Amino acid sequence: MMFRKLLSLEWKAFLRSKSFAGNVAIKVFMAIGAIYFTLVFLALGFFSFNMIKDSGLASDPLELISKYLIYYIVFDLVIRLFFQKIPVINIRPLLPLPVKRSTIVNFALGKTMVSFFNIMHAFFFVPFSIKLLVEGYDPLHVVFWHISMLAIIYSNNFLNLLLNNKDGLFAIFIGLILAFGGLQYFGIFDLTDYTGPVFHALYTTGYAFVIPVFIVVGLWIATYKYFYKNLYLDAGLTSKHEEAKTEEYTWLNQFGTLGTFLKNDIKLIRRNKRSKTTVFISIVFLFYGMLFFTGALEMYDTPIWKMFAAIFVSGGFLFTFGQFVPSWDSAYYPLMMSQNIQYKEYIASKWWLIVIGTLVSAIISSFYLYFGWEVYILILIGAVYNIGVNSYLVLLGGAFIKTPIDLASSKQAFGDKKAFNLKVFLISMPKLVLPLILYGIGYYFYSPEAGYALVVLAGILGFAFRNKVFALIERIYKSEKYDTLEAYKQKN
Amino acid sequence: MIQVHNLKKVYNGTTVLNIPNLDIPKGESFGLVGNNGAGKTTFFSLLLDLIQPTQGYITTNSIKVNESEGWKPFTSAFIDETFLIGYLTPEEYFYFIGELRGWNKADVDALLAKHEDFFNGEILNRKKYLRDLSKGNQKKVGIIAALIGKPEVVILDEPFANLDPTTQFRLKKIIKELAEDNKTTVLVSSHDLAHTIEVSNRIVALHKGEVVKDIITSQETLKELEEFFAV
Repeated sequence: MMFRKLLSLEWKAFLRSKSFAGNVAIKVFMAIGAIYFTLVFLALGFFSFNMIKDSGLASDPLELISKYLIYYIVFDLVIRLFFQKIPVINIRPLLPLPVKRSTIVNFALGKTMVSFFNIMHAFFFVPFSIKLLVEGYDPLHVVFWHISMLAIIYSNNFLNLLLNNKDGLFAIFIGLILAFGGLQYFGIFDLTDYTGPVFHALYTTGYAFVIPVFIVVGLWIATYKYFYKNLYLDAGLTSKHEEAKTEEYTWLNQFGTLGTFLKNDIKLIRRNKRSKTTVFISIVFLFYGMLFFTGALEMYDTPIWKMFAAIFVSGGFLFTFGQFVPSWDSAYYPLMMSQNIQYKEYIASKWWLIVIGTLVSAIISSFYLYFGWEVYILILIGAVYNIGVNSYLVLLGGAFIKTPIDLASSKQAFGDKKAFNLKVFLISMPKLVLPLILYGIGYYFYSPEAGYALVVLAGILGFAFRNKVFALIERIYKSEKYDTLEAYKQKN
Repeated sequence: MIQVHNLKKVYNGTTVLNIPNLDIPKGESFGLVGNNGAGKTTFFSLLLDLIQPTQGYITTNSIKVNESEGWKPFTSAFIDETFLIGYLTPEEYFYFIGELRGWNKADVDALLAKHEDFFNGEILNRKKYLRDLSKGNQKKVGIIAALIGKPEVVILDEPFANLDPTTQFRLKKIIKELAEDNKTTVLVSSHDLAHTIEVSNRIVALHKGEVVKDIITSQETLKELEEFFAV
């Protein structure tokens, strides 16, 4: 009874959420995304068995799956820590109402269990299990194995709830994956030698499946108790207060007004979850080029794709931070608009921040020298283009994005539904496509060097006409000002 | 100082503010009262060019606020918590505003020292970010920050709300002092008639977007306003 009422609340929350009320293009985009992942998982479920068999990697595909399952599980947990929302926040208004605490907790836990993050795996494991049955695997054991997988996925679900408030876990897990992946790749230590047999035993033994089942039940109880105990305003429902320290960064004073803004932006980045996530992602971008320049993936081994990668390597900060200027200041945009700030200074300070971010990325990425100086030159060319052209394009795009950013939450760094609209898309296009076209023209009609030269020239031209472009951006920001202020008022 | 010309703001066919003519001379202490939805915040937002007028315009110092940014150097405001930067400590916030308004650290420190009793020991050196302060303490920060840089126009929206009685008393003193030198034009809005009358030498009452009273404060003002609002 109470559950049904809570469900109807949940349904309204869903229907009336800001993102859902967005325009049709966004809905279509979201639907396409969901369908895409569903199809990928379904395809893997149906065809991976034969693919593994045909490739000759293993005679028993199930054994191979078991071998790498540990990575699958940890990666799933990482994705959850990053994206899956914990439901606690909506509980507050229910506390003083005559609803049993246990009902609230059960409802919150139940809600997480039907989340897409769990369902998604079914698209892989259900068809894969069916395939196993078709291939003549022992039916009872397949069922046991399937139950084990279900238990493991749900263990992750509960683990995510228990671990969600711990900072830094995300980075630790990524680090672990990279470390063990690296050790395995270079043949130093193979983690899967130890975990593979354990997971395979879930199928072979016929009784080992009770272990994950016990674990998931244990975690369920633990999570229930944890939530029950923390269901007080001054316990689990309070936001953490960190100790603040006044920092002055006096060395930035020499840059005048620009320094004033830079000081603020540095604090913004350092003190908010959302912006820290952004910086983390841009570090990931730094390594993105490895896929292209190491020859790891054959299809990427073409000059055009390498140019693509070069833009990305130094452009991580530009893409992730820059595209949300001025949304970073959304919480106090009325202050910025009425204080003694000229638009031009404001935009210039953001531009410099993006440029500094790009330069730092370019310097850090000097480790690509290991793959040859040509690779690093390419990355530097990408950086020149990023500074000269893309830095303006992200600022322009930002004027139209108008998504208020909740600095305290790290959950919306990707897939910000409102962030997608046609104008932003059109402005984003040249960020990646234009340098590829320029490079392609030079490369195929003349020589690789001519391709490089064209891209660099575009960057230098952009840099040279800086003041002209600023004036243009300023005009656009001004004309969008009232709409932007209005949009920032709508908090999620 | 501030002139309103044929100002009108319409949302979806509903007129929320309609002021044909209003003149606020320099140095006046101007109180704006009215019920919820009377248009007080709308008026202040128009004054700060945060929303666009549907018709007409406002000038301060003969500058059209919706056409030039020239009013920004001499105008400061605290409307609500969107005027605070949550991830800064109060000190950092004050220095930030100070830098924007051409005050160095010492200038800001002097102002903060002067208003130490207003802060009541709850603001400075508390190792807290603004976002972690209580509503009342956030308000104290916003109000004092609006005084930084000796602005000629100070706009405070509902400054008395959320403040404890002692702080309300101290705030009244601050606003009165501000108006004393006849150089600063102070605009204050409030639900509280008594507070507003005490700090303002002119009261304008808004009702559904229209000016319904425009009186120079006197002994009888409170009675007159109470009679109007006691419906």
